[in-house]
Amino acid sequence: MHAMVYRGPYKVRIEEKDIPPIEHPNDAIVRVTRAAICGSDLHLYHGMMPDTRVGMTFGHEFVGVVEQVGPSVERLQPGDRVMVPFNIYCGSCFFCARGLYSNCHNVNPNATAVGGIYGYSHTCGGYDGGQAEYVRVPFADVGPSPIPEWLEEDDAVLLTDALSTGYFGAQLADIVEGDVVVVFGAGPVGLFAARSAWLMGAGRVIVVDHLEYRLEKARTFAYAETVNFVEHDDVVVELKRLTDYLGADRVIDAVGAEADGNLLQHVTSAKLKLQGGSPVALNWAIDSVRKGGTVSVMGAYGPMFSAVKFGDAMNKGLTLRTNQAPVKRQWPRLLEHVRSGYLRPSDIVTHRIPLEHIAEGYHLFSSKLDGCIKPLIVPSAA
Amino acid sequence: MPYRAEKPPLPESAEQLRARIPGWGADLDPADRPAVPRERLDPGASGAHWDLPEQQPERWPRERSIEHGRLTPVFGTSCPPKGLSGVVRRAAYARYSEGRAAHWLLLLAADRIDAVESHLASFGTLHPDNPITETGILGEPSARPLSSRFGVRRTDVVHQPLDPVIVAGPWVAAAVVGALVVRSGVRRARR
Repeated sequence: MHAMVYRGPYKVRIEEKDIPPIEHPNDAIVRVTRAAICGSDLHLYHGMMPDTRVGMTFGHEFVGVVEQVGPSVERLQPGDRVMVPFNIYCGSCFFCARGLYSNCHNVNPNATAVGGIYGYSHTCGGYDGGQAEYVRVPFADVGPSPIPEWLEEDDAVLLTDALSTGYFGAQLADIVEGDVVVVFGAGPVGLFAARSAWLMGAGRVIVVDHLEYRLEKARTFAYAETVNFVEHDDVVVELKRLTDYLGADRVIDAVGAEADGNLLQHVTSAKLKLQGGSPVALNWAIDSVRKGGTVSVMGAYGPMFSAVKFGDAMNKGLTLRTNQAPVKRQWPRLLEHVRSGYLRPSDIVTHRIPLEHIAEGYHLFSSKLDGCIKPLIVPSAA
Repeated sequence: MPYRAEKPPLPESAEQLRARIPGWGADLDPADRPAVPRERLDPGASGAHWDLPEQQPERWPRERSIEHGRLTPVFGTSCPPKGLSGVVRRAAYARYSEGRAAHWLLLLAADRIDAVESHLASFGTLHPDNPITETGILGEPSARPLSSRFGVRRTDVVHQPLDPVIVAGPWVAAAVVGALVVRSGVRRARR
């Protein structure tokens, strides 16, 4: 089969690989019909995530058709169209039994701090991902779900991470009616978080970024006010001014490890790999939220230390809420919202790229060219 | 202003927001939010029909965090450790917990070694690494490279020139080292 393969920082290519075998009785093999490149894939692509091995296939956002199932699989059969959460989880450990599917303890021998994620380095379990024609899906009775007949594949694939994560981020912010919500980052997760904040009754939503084309999307898709931080000497002061010097009630970090806005932080993190991630957006979140407010962190950071302004967080009495999204827990409610027309996930898709051209897709997305917000990957066997 | 007790007024009322934004307030009630309550002990909700999953066969000694009490029942099998990078990775897992910087720094070092080893190994195959095609820069001409980068005040163009240095740097360094080795060999042969 054709699969995307990592060849070192900033380099990927298509290789011929064996179709993955069943390795556990509850595995399924899924033929991928649509995948995506996630902003967090860029952390791998840039060589920031420890234990990212040459030869690994990335991709944790994908949907497809069940090709083969293991002997203990009861709920799926070959031919089923399925959407697969980016979390790999057993469904039965201490954490899964409490709904914390993204924190499963039974799927990642390499680390205890993070669960299993498809195609996301050995730090996240060493599983090949879905930017390929076929992928191994562990715990087929637990993770994947049939795609409803009425749901388009381009919408379904965004439910496997980006939309679920944005929606989850808005929930973690504990928004109550009339809250002023600031979202850092106008990428896919930030756009969905902003849109979700309205569902939860926000009174104002302000999105911050430096890419004007993405801020335009935040205005038209997410109905948000926008701030381009390049246009202000100090974006924190601008946000204080916009909130009558109180600060936002809730702030969502939808940027993560490669945040721009401070050259030293960015270069020491994204280029020199001396920090787990550039905490520019997180520090801005801590400084721009009001005292007693909530910061929800959806941006992905590496496992190393980062220069976070924790003193301000403590002195301001902030609540910091974080996690990888337990995706499947979001689906019933999100599917209602999609069906009722409140959300149309594929509105943020800007590019559809054949799997064979994935190197160009990574470069386009990484360099933010051609107005790229969300690139989907289409395998030739789709 | 925060200097008084009242919250600053909002520019739009709930009715105005509901009229303007599809679905505004649909999840106002926390009970409608799927991640609330946060932890909810409900072992049957996931669909798992096991108490502890069966153990996946271990086809090679699987490296694991020393913060784990056992090998997890299921694990990924992509890219087993190999070469010098594999030695470093195994040492990082065997010796240091996730709480130690040494663990992560060794793994990052192994990643760089892995890249060098793999590039060199690829030259012995019919599919050698090609930094031109693998970096995807051949897609630049059709991606509005100039108008996407310039005249739009994006802050990342300041450090984007570092990207080619990161990609090409090791190749240039290898070429220089190779040239020096060859030159030194030629000089020795002439003596």
